[in-house]
Amino acid sequence: MATSPIPSLKRKQIYELAESGKRIDGRGLVDMRKIEISTNILDKAEGSASVKLGDTYVIAGVKFEVSEPFPDIPNEGVLSVSAEFLPLASPSFEAGPPDENAIELARVVDRALRGGKAINTQKLCLIPGKKVWTVWVDIFVFDHFGNLIDASALASLCALITAKVPKTEIIGNEVKILDEYEPLPINSLPITITLAKIGDKLLVDPSLEEEEVMDCRISIAFVEGKDNQEHICAVQKGGKGAFTYEEILRAIDIAKVKSQEVRKIIPCGGK
Amino acid sequence: MERKKLISDDGRRLDGRRFDEIRPIKFKIGILKNADGSAYIELGKTKVIVGVYGPRELHPKHLAVPDRCIIQARYHMAPFSVKERKSPAPSRREIELSKVIREALEPAIFVELFPRTTIDIFAEVIQADGSTRCAAISAASLALADAGIPMRDLVASIAVAKVDNQLVLDVMDEEDKYGLSDMPIAMMPSKNVITLLQMDGMLTCEEFKKSLELAKKGCMEIYKKQKEALESYFKNIKEEK
Repeated sequence: MATSPIPSLKRKQIYELAESGKRIDGRGLVDMRKIEISTNILDKAEGSASVKLGDTYVIAGVKFEVSEPFPDIPNEGVLSVSAEFLPLASPSFEAGPPDENAIELARVVDRALRGGKAINTQKLCLIPGKKVWTVWVDIFVFDHFGNLIDASALASLCALITAKVPKTEIIGNEVKILDEYEPLPINSLPITITLAKIGDKLLVDPSLEEEEVMDCRISIAFVEGKDNQEHICAVQKGGKGAFTYEEILRAIDIAKVKSQEVRKIIPCGGK
Repeated sequence: MERKKLISDDGRRLDGRRFDEIRPIKFKIGILKNADGSAYIELGKTKVIVGVYGPRELHPKHLAVPDRCIIQARYHMAPFSVKERKSPAPSRREIELSKVIREALEPAIFVELFPRTTIDIFAEVIQADGSTRCAAISAASLALADAGIPMRDLVASIAVAKVDNQLVLDVMDEEDKYGLSDMPIAMMPSKNVITLLQMDGMLTCEEFKKSLELAKKGCMEIYKKQKEALESYFKNIKEEK
C-alpha cells in the first residue's frame, strides 16, 4: 500500500500531541469516533449492516448456503468471513484479489466471531454429517479513514444479529428451502477494539493519519461470558513495532471498558 | 462434540510433558548453500527450514524505500507436511501468517542500514505438529543472524494454549485442534518487548495475563537454545579455519 508524504510531516505533530494526551482530530486518547449503525439496509441479503466509524464506512452482508459440513465438526454450520478493500475506498487500494491486509482483517473478524461463539452453529445443522448452513459474511470497505478492523467487526456482527435464516423441510436426504424465515441463532456479541501505539501512548480507534505513523497496533475482542464477566476471544498485534508487557496489559484494560460501551449501542440490544 | 482428554489425571500431556515444558528442540544453522543465511528447526515433530536472502536489490524497483530496506516474508507449508495433502497454493492462512511473521521479525532488524534494498525470508514447513509459525520465527532469526544482518536482538517465539482448563506451553497439533484457546507470541527477550501476539478461543483477563507470563518463560528457554546454537555454529566455523 502506498503511503502519502503528508503523514511523515504530521508524524512529529501526532507524537507530540499524544505525549500531552491529545490527538490531531481533537479526541482524547481513549475516545472513539462517532459510530453510526444501520441494519437491514438491503433486501436481497439475508442480513446486512453498514457502519460509519467517523468517516470510515463499511457494509457487511450475510448470505446463507446449504453445504456439506467440515468432517471434524459434522453437526455444525460453517462460518466464512471475507473482506474486499474496494478501489473506490482509498487512493491506496487497488483492484484485484484480497491482499494481505484484507485477508488479515477478515481472519481477525472471523476469529472474534468464532472464539466468542457469536453464532450458535449447532442450530445450523440440517442433516447431521451431511447438510449444514454455511454463513457467508462479506465485508466491503467503501471509505477508508482508519481502523477498518473495528468497523468491519461491528458491521459483521450487526449484519449477523439481524440476519434471517430460511426455514427448511427435510425430505429424506434432501433439504427443501422454504419461503419463511427465522432469526439466526445468536449466542453472544463479541466487540473488537483496536489501539495504536504512538510513542508510549495507546490511542483507541486510530484514524488513518495515526495508523500511517503508528509504531504498531493491537486489536482485542471481548465477549460477555455466561458468568457476566468479559472474556477475551481474539487478539491480533499488527505493524512493524513492538509492545512491552505493560502496554499490552494496559491495552486489555482499556479495550475491556470500550467494548462494553460499544456493545450498548448495538441495535435492539442484539436481540 | 465430545472433547478429547488432553491432560491425564496426574497432570501429564499427551506426550508426557508437564504444562510448562517445551518439546525437545533442535536448531541447525547454515544448512543451505545458496541462501545468504539459513536455519532448520525441530520443535518436537514440527520441522521448518528457513532461508534468508539479502540485503539485495529489489524487484520491482518502485517498491524500494529510500531510507531503509523492506522485509519480505513468505511462510509456506509443504503439501506433505500434514496428514491430508495441502494444496501448494498459498492459503489465506499462509498469507496472514507471512504478514505477522514479517512484523514479528522486522522490529529486530536495523532496516535503516540498507536503504533501497530488500531482505527476503522464506520459511518452509516440511512437517507440521502445531506452533509452526513460532518455529518459523525462531529459526528465521537464526537464519538472519547467519546472513550477517545486524539485529537488535534475536526473536524467540512460542505458543500457549488452554486445554482442559489448564494453560500449557508449546502447543502441539492435537492441543491446538481440541484446545480452548491458542496464543502464539514472539518476543525480543533482551529488550523485553513483544513483536507477535495473536490469540483465538476464549480466555478470561486473568488467564490471558497468566498465558503471557508462561509464554515469556517459554521464549526465554527458546532464546537460550538459539544462543547455544549460534555459539556452537560459529565456534565450529572458527575451528575449521
